[in-house]
Amino acid sequence: MFALISSLRSLLLLELVRGMGLTLWSMFTGRRVTVNYPYEKGVLSPRFRGEHALRRYATGEERCIACKLCEAICPAQAITIEAEPRGDGSRRTTRYDIDMTKCIYCGYCQEACPVDAIVQGPNYEFSTETRAELYYDKDKLLDNGDRWEHLIAANIAQDAAYR
Amino acid sequence: MIDLFLTVVWPGLKILLTILVVIVPVILGVAYMTLAERKVIAAAQFRHGPNVVGPFGVLQPWADALKLMFKEVILPAGANKIVFFLAPMLTFALAMLAWAVMPITENFAIADINLGLLYLFAISSLGVYGIIMSGWASNSKYPFLGALRSAAQMVSYEVSMGLIIITVVITVGAGGFNLGNIVEAQRGLWFAIPHFPMFVVFFISALAETNRAPFDLPEGESELVAGYFLEYSSMQFALFFLGEYANILLMSAMTVTLFLGGYLSPVDIWFLGDVWMQPIWFVLKTSFIAFVFLWVRATVPRYRYDQLMRLGWKVFLPLSLFWVVLTSGVIVGFGL
Repeated sequence: MFALISSLRSLLLLELVRGMGLTLWSMFTGRRVTVNYPYEKGVLSPRFRGEHALRRYATGEERCIACKLCEAICPAQAITIEAEPRGDGSRRTTRYDIDMTKCIYCGYCQEACPVDAIVQGPNYEFSTETRAELYYDKDKLLDNGDRWEHLIAANIAQDAAYR
Repeated sequence: MIDLFLTVVWPGLKILLTILVVIVPVILGVAYMTLAERKVIAAAQFRHGPNVVGPFGVLQPWADALKLMFKEVILPAGANKIVFFLAPMLTFALAMLAWAVMPITENFAIADINLGLLYLFAISSLGVYGIIMSGWASNSKYPFLGALRSAAQMVSYEVSMGLIIITVVITVGAGGFNLGNIVEAQRGLWFAIPHFPMFVVFFISALAETNRAPFDLPEGESELVAGYFLEYSSMQFALFFLGEYANILLMSAMTVTLFLGGYLSPVDIWFLGDVWMQPIWFVLKTSFIAFVFLWVRATVPRYRYDQLMRLGWKVFLPLSLFWVVLTSGVIVGFGL
């Protein structure tokens, strides 16, 4: 008897019909979960680790003191730093390169930085057409810092309570 | 000179125009089928689908076609050049060829031949050659496996399809292989009603015949990457793609002709039953069945290979054979 009922049920495609009904219903609910990406964007966490930037103080002085902690901790060895004393005797970098093709966006560099100089900002749209453009130098990183400073500062302030 | 025109040029031109009248809408339909598929599946999954190129993405097929045309044609090392290039053409040409006998109105089909149904069945069966040729000529393992699967699958489901066609022909009686006669025999009662189980079986077999979900094993992305057209690129790929969708439309049209009264209007009131409305009914019904193809794809997961074979040979074949016997028994018994 049970076998008869179950074979009848599969012969009548009951489950299939119910499944089809569900998809048909979904089509006409009008519900859409798509984010129309270039026009709409998702919400980012203040901890989002995007494109790198070197920050400055409000005076315009660059924060980085060339301690090379970021270079040391970088697991992908993407950071290269050279440093020497500046005219006023302060220790500054003469070269600060990040190979963005090596970077794994782990965020260790910003964790290691004692002066919040190297940070990963909220920008994730920095694709390029050539590989060479992804070898960031100090000018590029400082420029990023100037461009994104308002958002980076806001994110750090928001996240400060948890650090 | 005028003689030549009247005997050769003018009839040839007329045939060409007749063909274009059918083929151009078919190709347009195929192009928009690709868009419809993406839209329908997107809607079922709460997404938007293509909506950037033109309003609601209506220009998407043209953008896709342009993109594909500018891609590089790649010939894999060790491929058989002639067969490799012939296969997509064959697939596409066969998908177009079958439309010749499709009755669009009660007095229009490109070729109103007496064995139209047999022709249709033969052409749709030949489609498997394009697939086997591409699988073999690619000289690559995944296309080869995909082609083998596809061949086995199409052969299995053609058997029950053939029996269902026999059922329909028996029901129509004399002249039953002419598609026009089949449609005319459905005036008053579409075959989908008395032959409802066969209608469902035919539709499911059509899914298997066109390698559509849930029977899209030949394409099986997870194990065969893309199946038999894996090595193709550019317009070659486009031809395969279009051929596949043309086959879907063809199978929809075949289902409509055999079971849903072809070009006949569901209600014969006012102007709805007029001759000029018949192509519209035909297109509407075909689009509906094509929509069901997409709807099924959005719903069901893929079959396993042994399940596919079991369904074809152990369920559909006995069922359709039983129905042939039942139908002929009823017709002979009641002297219909």
